[in-house]
Amino acid sequence: MTGGEVVLRLEKITKRFGDLVANDEVTLELRRGELLALLGENGAGKTTLMNILFGHYTADSGQVSVFGRPLPPGQPRAAIEAGIGMVHQHFALANNLSVLENVIAGTESILRPRSDRAHARAKLAGIAERFGLTVDPDARVGELSVGERQRVEILKALYRDARILILDEPTAVLTHQEAERLYRTLRGMAAKGLSLIFISHKLHEVLAAADRVTVLRGGKVVAERPAAGTSRDELAELMIGRRVARPVRDQRAPGPVVMTADGVDVVGGGVKRLSGISFTLRAGETLGIIGVAGNGQAFLGELVSGLARPGAGRFELLGEAVTAPGPRRFVAAGVGRVPEDRNANGAVAEMTVWENAVLERIRERRFSVAGLVKRAAGRAFARTVVERFDVRGGGPDTPIRLLSGGNMQKLILGRSLETAPRILIAAQPTRGLDEGAVVAIHAEILAARRAGTAVLLISEDLDEILELADRVQAIVKGRLSPDIPIEEADPRRLGLMMAGLWNETTDAA
Amino acid sequence: MRLERRSDTPLALTLAAPVGAVALSLALAGILIAIAGAPVFEAYHRLFIGAFGSRLAITETLTRATPLILTGLAAAVAFRARLWNIGAEGQFYVGALAAAALGSEAGLQLPGYALIPALLVAAAVAGAVLLLVPLLMRLRFGVDEVVTTLLLNFVILLFVSMMIEGPLKDPLAFGWPQSVPVVADAMLPRLVARSRLHIGLPIGVGLAMLTWFVQSRTTFGLESRAAGLNPRAAAFAGVSLTRILISVACLSGGVAGLAGAIEVMGVKGYVTTDLSPSFGYTGIVVAMLAGLHPIGVIVTALFVATMFVGADGMSRALGVPSFIADVIVSLSLLTMLVALLLSNYRIRR
Repeated sequence: MTGGEVVLRLEKITKRFGDLVANDEVTLELRRGELLALLGENGAGKTTLMNILFGHYTADSGQVSVFGRPLPPGQPRAAIEAGIGMVHQHFALANNLSVLENVIAGTESILRPRSDRAHARAKLAGIAERFGLTVDPDARVGELSVGERQRVEILKALYRDARILILDEPTAVLTHQEAERLYRTLRGMAAKGLSLIFISHKLHEVLAAADRVTVLRGGKVVAERPAAGTSRDELAELMIGRRVARPVRDQRAPGPVVMTADGVDVVGGGVKRLSGISFTLRAGETLGIIGVAGNGQAFLGELVSGLARPGAGRFELLGEAVTAPGPRRFVAAGVGRVPEDRNANGAVAEMTVWENAVLERIRERRFSVAGLVKRAAGRAFARTVVERFDVRGGGPDTPIRLLSGGNMQKLILGRSLETAPRILIAAQPTRGLDEGAVVAIHAEILAARRAGTAVLLISEDLDEILELADRVQAIVKGRLSPDIPIEEADPRRLGLMMAGLWNETTDAA
Repeated sequence: MRLERRSDTPLALTLAAPVGAVALSLALAGILIAIAGAPVFEAYHRLFIGAFGSRLAITETLTRATPLILTGLAAAVAFRARLWNIGAEGQFYVGALAAAALGSEAGLQLPGYALIPALLVAAAVAGAVLLLVPLLMRLRFGVDEVVTTLLLNFVILLFVSMMIEGPLKDPLAFGWPQSVPVVADAMLPRLVARSRLHIGLPIGVGLAMLTWFVQSRTTFGLESRAAGLNPRAAAFAGVSLTRILISVACLSGGVAGLAGAIEVMGVKGYVTTDLSPSFGYTGIVVAMLAGLHPIGVIVTALFVATMFVGADGMSRALGVPSFIADVIVSLSLLTMLVALLLSNYRIRR
C-alpha cells in the first residue's frame, strides 16, 4: 500500500508571516495510491502548507517536487499542470450553471468560438464512471445537495487530469453517512492509483479512512504514524501536545421551563425558513440541536436571540408569549447570546474590547446615562470579563480584531455569562477554535448549566453535542425532530436523524 | 507581490497619510506648473502669499473654508455610517433656496435675533428632507443611494434655476437670474470688520467639535459607529439600523443644507446657480482627506480653501491657470486613497 513511488515531496518548507512561523521545515512525502491524512489543530499550519503546495503562497525556503520534478513556487497554474488538484472547504462553484459547465469552466480558451461540449461530456462521463462519482451532468449546481456539490468539485479537479488530490476539511459540511460515503469514494480513488491528502482535525475520521497520518503542531511535523498503528488518544496527545482533561457533564434534575416553542414558523425574505418547530428548554439543562450546516440553524439562532419574529405557533420566553422580539428585550430578560459567526455577528472587529463587551447593553443605566456613555463603567465591566474568563491578548482598549478566535469567543461568551443569564444561547460556540479554547468554552458552558442556566446549544459537531447536551433534537430543512435523551444518542442514530429519518429511528428504537 | 493587512496602524502613520498625500499631490501638480512654463517654487510661494499674505487674504481663505467644513462634515458623518451621500451639492442648494425664500422681504416676519436661527433651522430641515427621500427609497426598495443622491443634484440645480427665473426672481437684478435678496436682518454678523468673514466659521467649527463629541461619547455615537463598521453585528446587539441611518441622514443632509444657508446669509445675500463652486463634491474630498474624522475636517477644509484662494493669486502673478487648484485637490484625493491603503496594509513580496 505504501510501497508505490513517491509522487509528491515537500522538503524543508518554511513560511513566516511577520513573527509567526506558520511552517517550520516541514518535510512530507506522498506515494502513489496513498491516502494521507494531515492532522492538526487550527493554526497548526495545515492550510498554509497546502496553499504553498498549490502556489497560492510562496515559501520562504524549501522545495516542492511533483513526480520528481521541482515545482516553480507561487504559480497555481504550474501546480495544476503538474497534476495537483485541490478541493477547498468552501466550494467554488457557480450555482446557476450546470454540472458540466462548472467542470469545464476555465479549461477552454475564451477565444475559441465554440466549446466542444460533446467531447467534454464524454470525458466527464468516463471519469465519473471510473471513480464512482455519479452526478447528472446537466443538473444545475444550485439544486444539488452539499454532498453532490463536493463530488462536482472533485470531478473538476479530475477533469483537469489531477493525479494528486488535496481535500481541505472535506467532511466539515457532510452528515455522518455522507462522510462515510465520501471516504469509500476516496479509498476507491487511491486503489485506482491516485494519491490523496486530506486535511482534518477529526480523529475518528483520520483513523477510519487514511493509510498514514502526519501530525502538524505549531508549524512542525511532530509525528508520522501508519493509521493502523496508532490510537485516538495518541493522536490527540500528539496534536495538542499535552494530555487534555475534558470537562465532564454531571447528572442533575432539570428545573422549570424557561423557553418553549410550539409549532413555530419563521419566515425570512418571503420564504418559510423554519416550519412548525417545537422544543422545550428547562433551567439547569442543555438542549442540543444537531444538524448539518445550512439546515436552518441560522434562523433558529435568530429566533431564540430575539432577532426573528415568530410567525405561526406559540413562542414563549419565561412564560410569556413573544410577539414583539428584540435583542435588547431578550438581553434584558436574561438571555445570553453567542451568535454562530463571531466575526460577522458577534463582534465589531474595528472596535475595542470594552465597546464590544457593552454594545448590547449600552442603553442600560449601568453603562449610560442621558445618552452619554459611562466609559469607566464599560472598561471596568470589560476588565472583569477579561479576568474571569481568561481572555488573553489584550485589555479593554485593544481592538477586538487583534484577539485570536478563541479569545474573542471567550469574550463574547463572557460578556453574556458575567451577568448570570437565565438562558444561554450558544450557536456553534467552538467552530474553528483550537482544542485548548474548545475545552475552556465547554467548561464555561457546563459551569453555567450547573449554576442553573438553561443552555440551548446549536452545533454541527457531533462530539460537542454528545459531550454537553442532556437532550438532542436534529434540525433538518427548517424542521426539528422530537428530542431524544443523550443516553439514547449515538453517532449512527444522530446521523439518521440529521438526514431527516427520525420516524424510522423511533420505529427502530 | 501582495498586500497584507497591518495588525495595527500606528497613530503616526494615521497622521502621516494625509500629510504625505498632500505633499505628493503638490509635487505632481508641480510638474504641471513647470509644463505651463512657470517656476515651481515661485508659484507655490505666490500661492501661499495669495492665501495668507495679507489680512484680506487670510479672511478670504477662512471665508472659503467655512462652507467646506460643513459639506466635509456632511460627507464624513454619512460615510462613517456607510450612507453614501453624494448629494451634498443638492442639499446645499435647497438649504440656500430655503434661506433666500424665507429670509426675503416676503418671507418670515420675525425680529432679527429670531430670524437668523429660524432660517438656519429651515435650511437644515430642507437639506435633511432631501437626503431622507433617497434613504427611505434605499430602506424600502433597496435603491442605491449613490445613484439617487448624485442624480438629485442635477434635479435640484434645475429646480433652483426654475425658481430664480420664476417665483423667486429678483425684479431689481436687471434681468440677471438671481433670487430676491434676504433682508439685512438675516445677514450673519461679521467676525472681522472690513472683511467677508462671518460667524459661519465658528458655527462650522462648533458643529465639527459637537459631532466629534457625539461620535465618541454618546450611545448614539457608539451605536452608529458599530452600525457603520459591521451592520450585522450591530443589529445582533440590538442596534436599530433604520433608526441610526435616519438620524445620520438628518445630520448629514441638515449640515449640508446649513452650508447653503450660511453661504447665502454670510456672503452673497441671494441665490444664483453658481453659488457653489462644487462645495458639495469638494466636501467629499475634504472628508476623505480627514479620514472621516470631524476635527480633521476643519484642517482639511482649510487646506482645500488655501489651494483655491491661493491659486487665484498665483494665477494673477504668473499666468498659470487657476484650474491648477482643482487639479491639486483632485490629485490629493487620489494620493490620499493610496496613502490610506498603505497605512492599513503593507506590501509583501
